[in-house]
Amino acid sequence: MKRRFSLILTLMVILLLLVTSVQAQDGVTIRYVLWDTSQLPPYQACADLFHEQNPGITVSIEQLGWDDYWTAITTGFISGEAPDVFTNHLAKYPEFVALGQLVDLQPLVERDGVPTDVYYPGLADLWTRDGARYGLPKDWDTVAVVYNVGLLEAAGVDPAIMEEWTWNPEDGGTFGETIAQLSIDANGNNGLSADFDPTNVVQYGYAGNGMGGPYGQTEWSWLATTTGWIHNNGVWGNEYYYDDPRFTSTIQWLADLWLVQGFAPALDQQTSLGRPALFQAGNVAMIVDGSWMIGTYLASEFEVGFGRLPIGPEGRRSMFNGLADSIWVGTENLEESWEWVKFTGSADCQNIVGQSGVVFPAIPEAAALSQQVRADAGVDVSAFVEQANEEGGTFLFPITDYGGEINTIMTEAMDSVGLGTGSAADILPAANAEVNDLFQ
Amino acid sequence: MAAIQSNMKSESGLISRLANNEMLLGYLFILPSLIGFLAFYAVPAVRSVFISFTEWNLLTEAKFVGLANYQDIFADDRFWRSLQVTLTYVLWNIPLQTVLAVFIAVMMDRIHNSSILRGFIILPWLMPNVIVALLFLWLLDPTLGIVNIFFEAIGIGRQSFFGSPDQAIATIAGVNIWRHMGYNAILIFAGLKTIPRSLYEAATVDGATGWKQFWSITLPLLRPVLVFVIVTSVIGSFQVFDTIAVATQGGPAGATRTIIYYIYQEVFERRISMGTATAASVVLFLILVTVTIIQTRYLNANQSDLAEYS
Repeated sequence: MKRRFSLILTLMVILLLLVTSVQAQDGVTIRYVLWDTSQLPPYQACADLFHEQNPGITVSIEQLGWDDYWTAITTGFISGEAPDVFTNHLAKYPEFVALGQLVDLQPLVERDGVPTDVYYPGLADLWTRDGARYGLPKDWDTVAVVYNVGLLEAAGVDPAIMEEWTWNPEDGGTFGETIAQLSIDANGNNGLSADFDPTNVVQYGYAGNGMGGPYGQTEWSWLATTTGWIHNNGVWGNEYYYDDPRFTSTIQWLADLWLVQGFAPALDQQTSLGRPALFQAGNVAMIVDGSWMIGTYLASEFEVGFGRLPIGPEGRRSMFNGLADSIWVGTENLEESWEWVKFTGSADCQNIVGQSGVVFPAIPEAAALSQQVRADAGVDVSAFVEQANEEGGTFLFPITDYGGEINTIMTEAMDSVGLGTGSAADILPAANAEVNDLFQ
Repeated sequence: MAAIQSNMKSESGLISRLANNEMLLGYLFILPSLIGFLAFYAVPAVRSVFISFTEWNLLTEAKFVGLANYQDIFADDRFWRSLQVTLTYVLWNIPLQTVLAVFIAVMMDRIHNSSILRGFIILPWLMPNVIVALLFLWLLDPTLGIVNIFFEAIGIGRQSFFGSPDQAIATIAGVNIWRHMGYNAILIFAGLKTIPRSLYEAATVDGATGWKQFWSITLPLLRPVLVFVIVTSVIGSFQVFDTIAVATQGGPAGATRTIIYYIYQEVFERRISMGTATAASVVLFLILVTVTIIQTRYLNANQSDLAEYS
């Protein structure tokens, strides 16, 4: 009796093992990594819908902070533990291409007839080189002014000025004037007054966040490029222009905001906790930041508004940057990974992401959804969208080889200018020569 | 019966012979850490000497390039600057840390010593480096940190700490002094306990003051322990990394790019260049060997002055 019971038990266990192993063979799990915590919920929703449509494929999403993200991806390539699919950045992917770590998606795009013209113009092309394609666009971003509504009111500044304010590297234009007007010293004088004491400032008109290294996406590119200057000679270029007087004068104007004027916290006094923390402490009137940060600023304890960038000598310009999903060459599930990349690049997923409002998806209709969600909540984020839609309102991220080297050289040089170690006109041309030597 | 007995005897004889062979037993005891040392230190160290003669990005085949990597780093200003930054750090770190550790140990020995107190003293050392760095990043933040709010209140004014190229390296040294001085104090305290009390009693009878006793008895007899503490902390100091990786990432403007951070950047940030990274490691290794030999020679590490008293 006992023996029979154990026999049945053994059979049942074997049966159970068989069933589960069959199930495991049936389904494929692919690993997907991203760095932005606020995008985790919408992409989890995408993964759930994807699993419904493709019951055989499960997407397991991991989130890793930006600082560790790239080290983890690189070591993953080497150890063979990299995720099947990962969110990629324009500053980083050229090095991965050079190392032969990304799957060329072009043959798959052609085989399956995937449309690459459904995205904002230019976005899909950023991910191609010599006929190969290394990602399908997921989203885009621009930068705009973020301001503390209460501080502007108190100083009598009408946010409507942002529709037409101007900037130039010589005197800063009305943008510079507004910054001065919003800076207040301990005696209550604002920056326009001759009595303003730059060494004893209680409220800053503007705050930067570091010096922006080689790209200055949110730090200076929206100023420098309005002078007609551009980082380099185009996508996959081999020459940088950090020695151009239009560039050096822009950087000097910015650094003087704190080195001379006292209108912004000095570089070494800017909190290491990041620009949102500084802004949310409540004594900074305006900053410039990217559209992916909208949600963070809306969580402030005071009312926050988003305004247009100043109009420079050659108009308004914002960097147009975008993320894409790439497939690692070491994946064991190429077809399933490709299905997932196709899905995150499709309207099905991008509409979900759009409805979450956290970023602007690469497909215009989905991006409109994102804007609508914010508008329904009473927040006007049109400053970011108008910038993207404007003729000539954007320039593309300067993709080139040697991203890591350029970052090391330029971060150091830009920091030196920001710290007042030397002038932009002295320091930056030498750094530029070092950068261009890389391409020799 | 006799055969069994003799068999047993020889077996127990083997065990007792093993137990009596102190040398062999000693090796058995260090075997676990010897395996770790070989697998994680010795073998990689030897390998990296080979790698330093190649051009290798970890993903494609390594290519032999002779001394090119050494020429490359010797021609790199950032390499020389990183050595200078490292030396500055060591000079901030070691003297202060050691003096404070000796002070704490002597105080524990003379005034008060309980396991609770010792627990508190060693607590900073038990905290993970990354946590310590984050903690100080918040405390010393130029705008929002409590230390600066306090400084401003008492009239010293705000300091940049990690953000200033002049203060950053000293700040990092300060953080690590705080973290390590307790641990070193416990080691030195253990050394103090080996000094015979009778020496102090005799000195008191001869009329030597506390200060004189410290210079003539405590410090000389503490030498073996002090040498150990100094040698290991100098080596650790040359290899400072985690605090920098968390708090400053080598900035501002390269002011905290120590040699280990330079090596890290060669592989993970600037480029994937194992050749130049290992070449810099070999240079660091040679520097450390030289420094350690000088220290042990100069400080007579292997003999204790206690022998002269007995």
